[in-house]
Amino acid sequence: MKQMHSRCNSAIRPTSARSGPKLWCSCDIESDICKARDVEEAILSQCQSHAYTDRDLFALKLAVEEAIHNAIRHGNHGDQSKQIHIKYRVTPRRCDVVIADEGAGFNPASVPDPTSEQNIEQPSGRGLLLMRAFMNSVVFNELGNAVTLTKFNDAAPTRRQSQLAFG
Amino acid sequence: MLKDRDTAPIKLTRDGELTLVEFTSRKLLEENEIAEMGEQLSAYVESQLKPKLIISFAGVDHLSSSALGTLITVNYKVRERDGQLRLCAINPQIYEVFLITKLNKLFRIYPTIKEAKESLEKPAS
Repeated sequence: MKQMHSRCNSAIRPTSARSGPKLWCSCDIESDICKARDVEEAILSQCQSHAYTDRDLFALKLAVEEAIHNAIRHGNHGDQSKQIHIKYRVTPRRCDVVIADEGAGFNPASVPDPTSEQNIEQPSGRGLLLMRAFMNSVVFNELGNAVTLTKFNDAAPTRRQSQLAFG
Repeated sequence: MLKDRDTAPIKLTRDGELTLVEFTSRKLLEENEIAEMGEQLSAYVESQLKPKLIISFAGVDHLSSSALGTLITVNYKVRERDGQLRLCAINPQIYEVFLITKLNKLFRIYPTIKEAKESLEKPAS
């Protein structure tokens, strides 16, 4: 079996981190859903180890799948010489996943509403809607070729609950 | 129990004048499987005069927006041939996908195969 061409770098830290030295992992992979799925499984496995709820895991799988699919199909146009760059961080409270492609980007605001009467029977265009519905936050970079998905762990105690528990 | 991967993505079973469609995979995510599913269903619908199809999602725990797109195309083809399509046995998490996309308004969805069967219009005698 061909080895996954990936670079896992647990030393990368987000520049905007406020919650201490939470480690990020980054992987560069070919435009191949099977290889992307290895990374997806690693993300979900870490979430499971932090006791994320089944609903959170379902939501993350769905959103990451849609984002990777968009990156491969619409961003890199299936060109396997182009890469998908995935960076993720899983903590007991939240999971952040950044998925970037090597395409020209797009304007998310230009995507038509797939729930409108005139678009409801269109066979495509629902990925972004689903990502937004299932994630706590979906943010694109300015160019539109990288998306950051954030999901909070519904099972994690809130800061207020922790304060009450530990005084 | 459904497998993660099988030879064909769907299984078609004739039951009188209707056809029951079941998935052989728990995850409707693979592009090639979704395309194959679309081709298989389209070929079947196009071979019938007034197709009556029930698609059961029993055991399915993930689906992608591409799978939804294929279902929309099949629905359109069934309607074109004056047929009837019902979806059923959708688990709550996947049903939420139908709610968010408002496809619960496009498709007729029932909790069980039995209720889906009962909803099919009988030919005038």
